[in-house]
Amino acid sequence: MTALHALSLREAAARVRRREVSATELVRDAFARIAAVDGRVGAFLTLDEAGALATAAAVDRRVAAGEDPGPLGGVPIGVKDIICTAGLRTTAGSRILERFVPSYDATVTARLRRAGAVIVGKLNCDEFAMGSSTENSALGTTRNPWDGARVPGGSSGGSGAAVAAHECHAALGTDTGGSVRLPAAFCGVAGLKPTYGRVSRYGVIAYASSLDQVGPIAREVADVAVVLEAIAGHDPADSTASPRPVPSYAAALDGSVRGLRLGLPREYLVEGMQPDVERGVRAAVAELERLGAAVEPVSLPHTEYAIATYYLIATAEASSNLARYDGIRYGLREPRPALTEMYEATRAAGFGAEVKRRIMLGTYALSAGYYDAYYLKAQQVRTLIRRDFQQALARCDALVTPVAPTTAFRLGEKTADPLTMYLSDIFTISVNLAGLPALALPCGFDGAGLPIGLQVIGRPFDEATVLRIGHAYEQATEWHHRSAPP
Amino acid sequence: MSALEPVIGLEVHAELLTRSKIFCACTAEFGGPPNTNVCPVCTGMPGVLPVLNRRVVEFAIRAGLATHCTTAPRSRFARKNYFYPDLPKGYQISMYELPLCTGGHLDVLVDGQAKRVGLTRIHMEEDTGKNIHDAHGDASLVDFNRSGVPLLEIVSEPDMRSVAEAGAYLRTLRSILQYLEICDGNMEEGSFRCDANVSVRPAGTTALGTKVEIKNMNSFRAVEKAIAYEIERQSDALARGERLVQETRLWDAEREETRSMRSKEHAHDYRYFPEPDLLPLVVERAWVDEIRATLPELPAARRERFVRDHQLSPYDADVLTQRKDVADYFEAGVAAGAAPKEMANWVMTELLRVVRDEKLDRALVIRNWPVTAAQLAGLAKLVDAGTINRNTAKGLIPRLRGTDRDPAELVAAEGLAQVSDRGALDAAVEDVIARHPAQVAEFHAGKERVLGFLVGQVMKATGGKANPQVVGELLRKALAG
Repeated sequence: MTALHALSLREAAARVRRREVSATELVRDAFARIAAVDGRVGAFLTLDEAGALATAAAVDRRVAAGEDPGPLGGVPIGVKDIICTAGLRTTAGSRILERFVPSYDATVTARLRRAGAVIVGKLNCDEFAMGSSTENSALGTTRNPWDGARVPGGSSGGSGAAVAAHECHAALGTDTGGSVRLPAAFCGVAGLKPTYGRVSRYGVIAYASSLDQVGPIAREVADVAVVLEAIAGHDPADSTASPRPVPSYAAALDGSVRGLRLGLPREYLVEGMQPDVERGVRAAVAELERLGAAVEPVSLPHTEYAIATYYLIATAEASSNLARYDGIRYGLREPRPALTEMYEATRAAGFGAEVKRRIMLGTYALSAGYYDAYYLKAQQVRTLIRRDFQQALARCDALVTPVAPTTAFRLGEKTADPLTMYLSDIFTISVNLAGLPALALPCGFDGAGLPIGLQVIGRPFDEATVLRIGHAYEQATEWHHRSAPP
Repeated sequence: MSALEPVIGLEVHAELLTRSKIFCACTAEFGGPPNTNVCPVCTGMPGVLPVLNRRVVEFAIRAGLATHCTTAPRSRFARKNYFYPDLPKGYQISMYELPLCTGGHLDVLVDGQAKRVGLTRIHMEEDTGKNIHDAHGDASLVDFNRSGVPLLEIVSEPDMRSVAEAGAYLRTLRSILQYLEICDGNMEEGSFRCDANVSVRPAGTTALGTKVEIKNMNSFRAVEKAIAYEIERQSDALARGERLVQETRLWDAEREETRSMRSKEHAHDYRYFPEPDLLPLVVERAWVDEIRATLPELPAARRERFVRDHQLSPYDADVLTQRKDVADYFEAGVAAGAAPKEMANWVMTELLRVVRDEKLDRALVIRNWPVTAAQLAGLAKLVDAGTINRNTAKGLIPRLRGTDRDPAELVAAEGLAQVSDRGALDAAVEDVIARHPAQVAEFHAGKERVLGFLVGQVMKATGGKANPQVVGELLRKALAG
């Protein structure tokens, strides 16, 4: 018999609805699993067992009363610690917010609750989502469940690791330059970055406002679809959230890719990438072709400028977004007799090296005399990158690429050299600049037994097609059934 | 050295009278215990986002239309970045490269002469909180009630050439905003604030001199004094052969001087960039037209109409049209049958004095007038008809206050009509002559002024009801007889 924590999200929710298992049993099992493995994985920064059990009891009462507990009714879910949860500490992985307890729920948090989900705790991440390995968290180390010496990817490393280690059935992450997709790929699970504007950012601690987007991570594409449906849609509290109606993503999963045109960007299969990764992705493309999709080469000529563009726009926005952590109203304060000294001491003590680096970069990019050469130029290049995708996606229904040039690397391997670390996001960053939806899902394993990630990039607001392709591939392969060692 | 001319541009911040703040649903009302009108958005908590209040845009467009600006079909909010405890997000959401309204003008009257002042731009932004010092030992506190209250920033061209022009511009602008009912224009309470850019240059030249920005003026008088001071300071400095530096100076109202706050080298780099949390603001033509259709008659047009239709002097018309409620009140009186000139005098001398003394003009629209326009018109008519004298009428204002009594009815009920009946006054006149022989003698000796004293005595004897003109005639006749 499959352990409860190994069930897919849909199966777990179905059993609760059918009263075959209670939400309380699911939650107790999840906490037992967390107790057993999280010492090794380190996915969670904060657990809320009492709150989770209370929510589970409420779900059980609803089920007992014959009411619909919601599409996620009773299912244990984890939330990246950059997403606000009322009454539950939310740190953004930073010293400066180490003791911050929000008085409000993010819109996505509220929507998870409304859908019946049970939030079990808050998941580790790179500080303010700045990083690709979760090593920039000031509050703990998260390890890859497939190999404890390796990183889970980042910045939503806790989310990827917790789902891969069966500590929860799904998790929310945020993706600014690949932060949902990279951990999904490194941990061998499925993760979606929705179209910019598909999911509300209200209550999501901002890193780079024009790029940030919340996305679900789960063990199967169909589970990702269910969670997306629960959190997506218009939000009067976020002007950048689209009023477009949310389709039924689950209904789009018809298992077929027949007749779809898939583009293979030549800039994404390059010299120097790990051979196993290229082999895995090419095999996946061949599989999609076998399933009836037409694959053709496409070009995204401005790809090489994506990282530079991203590190100007994202850091510029971050330098402004992180100004509010000033020691005045909440968070860390290093008391000093004079105001400026207090600001400096607080921010010096509260922020880690990578955050400081990005604040300085962004401040510089926006400075008088440099704005035109950096920020403005980056915005212009961003338009060119977006246009590349528009042209490719005018011909193709979706693009297929690797998520990253490598599989999970070793803890500490890249921390000394930020530029090498930035290159982990080389295949994911353009998608954020273009605001497109993209799914990461496992497509094989390298020689060391580490998962390889496949990325499917879609047209704006066409999450349905992206999920449909991922789901069809998943139906034809076995990768998602493999679990990280217990 | 040739004569110097001042060049003045003004930057006004007007707090808008919307019910809620610009980016959240908190009330924008003035006052309230510290930090009670706040929410996660206006205190800059992590993860929160701004949502634009549509009403603020409407008010801004009203201001733009009333000042002949062009409304941009597409504008953008921008972040102005700086650290200060009263600025919760570490940036102020304002507008920078793409403001909502541009290229307008204001026609102002200076000594009866029309002067056109260009308007560079009008944009929307959020107000900051307020730092409170010295209230709690050596700790400073911050009140965020005002954080997020909507402001219009209204920037003029450097078109003014004298203190009088600057004063006229400021009063005209305030008057327009009050007519539009979008700002109460209270400088003392800070809902209407003004910074001035002042420079001087040789008269007749066109290049601009070194500009100084003056801040911290919280009354019209302060603005005028500060500009006058600054013109003199700069002129003196140039006369001494000194070079002026571009800087920001603060007006010290106590010492009546400006003091340097920061020089250009220490100016903030605000690192403006487009606000990514808000979409570009798209304003449909149809909406602008709809707003245009609701604009009230503005003070300049009304002033001209008062001269034309009510035959008022330009001065009286100007005084009466500065506030919309005053002009409305005046016209209501005229509609109730008062002669325009008489009504104008009553409003300007009696009513506005009470309004000023009791600070009723703090409100954008005075609702608790001492007497209604109809009552004041009634008094004016009674005086005009000779039924009561001016003094009696004045004395009735407090008695009518807070009642809906008709002045004519009150006068009749209390027998206050003045006595013009010669027969009824003869006895009093004779009695006064008999009791004041000394003054009578003085009158006969040629001291005309004594007549006034005698009239006063008769008035007193008749309880103030006598018609003083008639009494004078009777006295003259009796003394001559």
